[in-house]
Amino acid sequence: MAIDVDTTSGAWTKQRRKASQKANRKLHRKEYTWAAIFMAAPVIGWLAFLLFPLGFSVYASFTNWNGLGAMSWIGLDNYVRLVNDPYFWKALWNTVFYMIGIPIGLALSLLLALALARRIPGRTFFRTVYYIPVISSLAAIAILWQWAYNGDFGLVNQFLAIFGIEGPNWLMDPTWSKPALIIMAIWKGLGYSTILYLAAVQAVPRSLYEAAALDGANAWQRFRTITLPMVRPVTFFLVVTNIIAGSMIFTEINIMTPTGGPNWSTASLVWYIWNQAFRNLSMGYATSMALVLGILVLIVTVIQFRLNRRNDFSIE
Amino acid sequence: MSITSNPASARMATTTNTLARKDRTIPTFNRNPFAARSGSEENKAVNWVLFAVLSLGAIFMAAPLLWMVSTSLKTTEAVYALPPEWIPDPFVWSNYVRVFDDTFVLSGIKNSLIVALSVTIVGSVFSSLAAFALAKMRLPGKNIIFIVLLSGMMVPFPTLMIPQFVMFAKIGWVDTLLPLIVPVILGNVIMIFFLRQYLHNVPDGLVEAAKIDGASYLRIFWTIILPLIRPAIAAQFILWFMFVWNDYLAPIIYLNSPEKQTLQVVIANMNVQYATQRDYPLIMTASVISVLPILVVFLIFQRQIIESVALTGSKV
Repeated sequence: MAIDVDTTSGAWTKQRRKASQKANRKLHRKEYTWAAIFMAAPVIGWLAFLLFPLGFSVYASFTNWNGLGAMSWIGLDNYVRLVNDPYFWKALWNTVFYMIGIPIGLALSLLLALALARRIPGRTFFRTVYYIPVISSLAAIAILWQWAYNGDFGLVNQFLAIFGIEGPNWLMDPTWSKPALIIMAIWKGLGYSTILYLAAVQAVPRSLYEAAALDGANAWQRFRTITLPMVRPVTFFLVVTNIIAGSMIFTEINIMTPTGGPNWSTASLVWYIWNQAFRNLSMGYATSMALVLGILVLIVTVIQFRLNRRNDFSIE
Repeated sequence: MSITSNPASARMATTTNTLARKDRTIPTFNRNPFAARSGSEENKAVNWVLFAVLSLGAIFMAAPLLWMVSTSLKTTEAVYALPPEWIPDPFVWSNYVRVFDDTFVLSGIKNSLIVALSVTIVGSVFSSLAAFALAKMRLPGKNIIFIVLLSGMMVPFPTLMIPQFVMFAKIGWVDTLLPLIVPVILGNVIMIFFLRQYLHNVPDGLVEAAKIDGASYLRIFWTIILPLIRPAIAAQFILWFMFVWNDYLAPIIYLNSPEKQTLQVVIANMNVQYATQRDYPLIMTASVISVLPILVVFLIFQRQIIESVALTGSKV
C-alpha cells in the first residue's frame, strides 16, 4: 500500500510520521469495519441457521420431545434406542447400498468423457442430451421413473420384453427395488460427472501421450498411467460430493416408495429421520439419528481427505 | 463472456483506469475447455463406432423424457396402449389447460418463483460482497471466518432440518415461504468460495488505486469488482436457481396448504392424488411444466452453465 511506503521515508519528521500512522490506523479501521459489514450476512446466517440449530440438536438428542411440548432429559436413551433399532440399521444399510451406484456411474462417465474428447460428429449435441437429466427436477424424474418401473405396462419392462426378458415388478420387489433406484440415480447423474471428466481429460497435456506413444505404450497403458492419474482430482471431488449427496438421499425414496418400499427395502436414513420427526413427532429421537448421520458423513469425508493426501489437493 | 470491454470502470478516476488497463490478466471464461483436439491421428473408424455407441446411449438418456412429453399429450386410455404409443393419437392439448384449471400448478409456479428469485438475487448480492471482502479487503482473522463458513458445507441439511423447523414453528412461519427463503438468502458458501477464488486472480492494484483515489468500498465493489466478476456470478446464479427450483425436502417439511406449496411439492402430491384416479397424462403434464423452464434456461445458457460446472471440478 502506497501510504505505508511514505511513512518509512526518512525525510519525514517524527511528528508527521506519528500523524500519518494515526491516519493509517484510521484508514485500516475503516477498512476493517466495511469488510466486517460485507461479511456480516453469511456470518449471521452461519450463526443463526447452522451453529445454533446444531447446538440445539445436540441438546435435543438427549431429550424425549415431540417438537411442541416440554423436553424431558433422558440422557443417552435415544442413542441406546438407536443402536437397538433394527429400522435404523436397515435404513443405514440401504443408504450405504445405494452408494454402489457411485463407482459404476463414475466409470461410465469417464468412458463417455473419453469418447466425447474425440472428434466425433455431433459431440456438442451428445453433451447436451446427456446433461438434460441433470438439470431436470428430481421430483419430476422420480414420478416419471416410478411409472417406467411399473411391472405391467412400464417402459423398462416393455423394453426388456423386446429381448424376451420378463422384467421384475421393480419397485414392488424387495430384491430389485434398490437396484432400480440406483439405475435411476446413475441415469440422472451421468451427465454431470461426464462434463467434469471431459474438462479434465482435455486438460491433459498432449505431449505426455506423445512421449508415451514414442516409448511404445499401448492405449491401455496410456490410459492407466496418464489419463487416470491426471483426472484423479476430479475423481476425488466426485467421490466426496457423491457420498455426501448419497447420504442425504430422500426425494426419490419418498416419491417412488412412499412407505419405504417392500419389506422396507428402500427406506433411506434421511427418509427414516424425516418420518420419525414429522410423521411420528419423535423429534428427540430423530435428532439423535440426524446427528449420527452428520458425524458419519464427517468421518467418511475426513478419511477420504486423509487418503487423498498424496494428491496435491488443497482448499486454496 | 469476455470482460475486456468494461464501461463501468471507465467511470473511475484516470489513475485507476490506466492501472486497470495495464493489469488485464484477469480470469475469463473465454478459454473453451471443450475444444476438440486436432484429430489428425485419430482413427476414423473408431470414431464412427463411438458415434454409434453414443447415439444408442443418447436414446436411453432421452427416452424417459420424451415419454414424459408424449404421455402429457395422451388420453388416459392411450397410456396403457401395447406396444407403447410414442406419438400420441389423438394429441390431447387440453391436458395443458386442465392442469392449470384443476390443480395447484399455477400457484406452485408462483411460489417456486418467489422463493427461487428472492433467494438467488438477494443471496448473490450478499455472497459477492462477502467474497469481495474475503478476497480483497483487510480484516484480521478473515481467513478463519472463511474456513468457518466453509465448514458449513460439511453439515448436511437433514441434520439441521429438525431444529430449524422448530425455530420457525416457534415464530409462526410454518406454512409460509419464509423458512425456505430466510436461512439461505444470507449467502451461499459455494458461491462465496468460487467468487473469492475468481477474485484472487484480479490484481490487488486495481482496488488499491481506487482506495487512494478515495473511492468508498461500496463504490469499489460496484464499479470495479462487480463488472469483473459478473460472468462468475451469472454462472453460479443459474446453478443456484436450478438447485432452489428443484428442491423438495425443505418445502415438504414446511408447506401444508396446497396453495402455498412450491411446484415440486405440488407435482409430488399430484402423483399421489391422481395416480389413484389413473390420470397419468395430467401428472406428466405437470412434470413437463416443472422441467420446462429450467430446460429453456439451460438451452439458452448451455455453454456458460456447462463451463462453470466443469470449472467446479478444476477449481476445488
